[in-house]
Amino acid sequence: MTQQSTTTTSGTITGAQSLIRSLEAAGTEHVFGIPGGAILPAYDPMMDSSMRHILVRHEQGAGHAAQGYAAASGRVGVCMATSGPGATNLVTPLADAHMDSVPLVAITGQVGASMIGTDAFQEADIRGITMPITKHNFLVTDPAEIPRAVAQAFHIASTGRPGPVLVDVAKSALTAQTTFTWPTDLGLPGYRPVTRPHAKQVREAARLILESRKPVLYVGGGTIRSNASAELLRLAEMTGIPVVTTLMALGAFPDSHPQHLGMPGMHGTVAAVAGLQKADLLITLGARFDDRVTGNLDSFAPGAKVIHADIDPAEIGKNRHADVPIVGDVREVLADLIVLLQAEADQGTTGDYEGWVDFLAGVKKTYPLGYDVPADGALSPQYVIERLGAIAGPDTIYTSGVGQHQMWAAHFVKYEKPRTWLNSGGLGTMGYSVPAAMGAKVACPDSTVWAIDGDGCFQMTNQELATCAINDIPIKVAIINNESLGMVRQWQTLFYEERYSNTDLHSKRVPDFVKLAEAYGCVGLACERPEDVDATIEKAMGINDMPVVVDFRVFRDAMVWPMVAAGTSNDDIKHARDLAPEFDEDELT
Amino acid sequence: MSMHTLSVLVEDKPGVLARIAGLFSRRGFNIESLAVGPTEHVDVSRMTIVVNVESTPLEQVTKQLNKLVEVIKIVELDRDTSVTRELMLVKIAATPETRGQVLDTVQLFRAKVIDVASEALTVQIVGNRDKLGDFLRVVEPFGVRELVQSGMVAIGRGQRSISERSLRPVAPTRAV
Repeated sequence: MTQQSTTTTSGTITGAQSLIRSLEAAGTEHVFGIPGGAILPAYDPMMDSSMRHILVRHEQGAGHAAQGYAAASGRVGVCMATSGPGATNLVTPLADAHMDSVPLVAITGQVGASMIGTDAFQEADIRGITMPITKHNFLVTDPAEIPRAVAQAFHIASTGRPGPVLVDVAKSALTAQTTFTWPTDLGLPGYRPVTRPHAKQVREAARLILESRKPVLYVGGGTIRSNASAELLRLAEMTGIPVVTTLMALGAFPDSHPQHLGMPGMHGTVAAVAGLQKADLLITLGARFDDRVTGNLDSFAPGAKVIHADIDPAEIGKNRHADVPIVGDVREVLADLIVLLQAEADQGTTGDYEGWVDFLAGVKKTYPLGYDVPADGALSPQYVIERLGAIAGPDTIYTSGVGQHQMWAAHFVKYEKPRTWLNSGGLGTMGYSVPAAMGAKVACPDSTVWAIDGDGCFQMTNQELATCAINDIPIKVAIINNESLGMVRQWQTLFYEERYSNTDLHSKRVPDFVKLAEAYGCVGLACERPEDVDATIEKAMGINDMPVVVDFRVFRDAMVWPMVAAGTSNDDIKHARDLAPEFDEDELT
Repeated sequence: MSMHTLSVLVEDKPGVLARIAGLFSRRGFNIESLAVGPTEHVDVSRMTIVVNVESTPLEQVTKQLNKLVEVIKIVELDRDTSVTRELMLVKIAATPETRGQVLDTVQLFRAKVIDVASEALTVQIVGNRDKLGDFLRVVEPFGVRELVQSGMVAIGRGQRSISERSLRPVAPTRAV
């Protein structure tokens, strides 16, 4: 809550005090960061603040933690770093948040205003560096401008299509005397995101939905960002239209729902990929026709008309022409569509999708997700993840890194609720998982948080286990240890004649993950036999006063299937190595 | 491909030119010509940007530009309903023998001599792209020693202003 006392101050305070008050006035409760020379003045008033600052071990960890915090809660994540290397270490999380539309505010210190441009110690032009990877950014040299910049940053980060905003504050502005006034008018004449969809466009969409015979709800991450899951469920159930949820949208629609076809794309289910390819209408909700979903764009969903609803007008028509473009918040679009389609249904007009639904149900039944269990009794990674999902359940928040374990986590954990699956979708940042889990646990302390990580990813950011252990953030980490950069290795298997150039990490030998966990003040467990999986997970579930790391030592040759090879058509999907599904299209009329 | 002229109203803030130039290069669009200057409103600058693209990428250009927080408004100026001008300064070799011919050409094009030296004349010419091109072709045989040209500026014909109704304030929100 904005308290009266934080609106204005009588008398002068330092710019640093003004910065801390501004963050409080914007509603900040948690900050992930590391102090350093240029930001040092801000850390003094931080000691007296109502905000909890969590001292991380690397600024990248601060950024991903703020992302996990935001993605799990819907609130703005806040991270803080000093100038130069502190700020450049935030570049990866900022780019990640930009790609995945995560509301983030990053505060960085900058060298004193008179030193800017002189190649001063720890100087980097972080505003220039982050221009292409932030929704907006500021360089503040006038202390009087601090409250306005912070207020604008939070407003821009959290409204419209969410995204990261960086506020770079010169040390001279932090140490100078100023007064604090929280702005009542933000200005921003060029920033007016449209959230209300155009009624005419929604009517046109409703008409196409009723006319179509083979529609699919193509649901993207924007559906989660706009908290539209209840509306999506309502629309899907009242129409009976099949649903696909992209990697960013897992949990937006229950995996257990009979209308759910799974995840589309390069490693999508056969039913989801076939559903899009053979559809006559895509009802696209907060999705962006990413190349990992479409495969070769020219042969993607060739017979489909497209309704494309997105809060960002620039996404509409960017990759695929939209027959009915709708600019607006997905939740409002869905609410309006429900009203229109309900009115039609009350008049007796509903869509006829029976043949289509039956066809897809057949595909889903014929080509379920599956995996081969190694004959020698070795542990299969998919089994570990499947059991983890079953035991930890749908109320747990899962984070993942990037690669094979991410795809298996997408397939074999069953997601029933939004904001329970956090991953790096657009940028594909290895190392996202552990710090994001830390941020999610801070945002949702009553939820169990499991980081499902690869042995490669884990070694990029595992230093944040120290932060978790010391700050009482009891996350759980499942390392899917196949001692390799597994996804790259899979491509080497399939496309480079099994020439395994630089993908062998030897992680079953070095490091000893159990000892590493213990060195970081966490509980370390290991498991390499299928019969020990359940007991190990249950043991980890029972430890809630400190972080737990489980080294699941798995079979290294497991591969992610289904797969559409990069650059090829989604029609060429393989559901297992050298196996292409066959569709009985006689059922389709 | 075809030429499109965009008038872009932006907040007069440091870095706004870098944002726009960066966006064009990042998204793979070429700027043919760019001119920046103040407007009738304090705090608002106007950029005239000429791009050579098909109409679908042009829509992407304007949508991406519109996403920049400091961009207030974008209008595409139609060739038929707007006036465009560029300014060129040319240092033309002018010996005693050719000086008269150069001056005749300058007069013919309603250009203007702005500096005189013993072996050269510096000429200022204002006009649309075609006129400047024609002028250059005619003076080239005399010898063009130096040439500098502004970006194009453009304005719509008639009495309406593109800045009308574009400067609305936004109410602040709290992060929840």
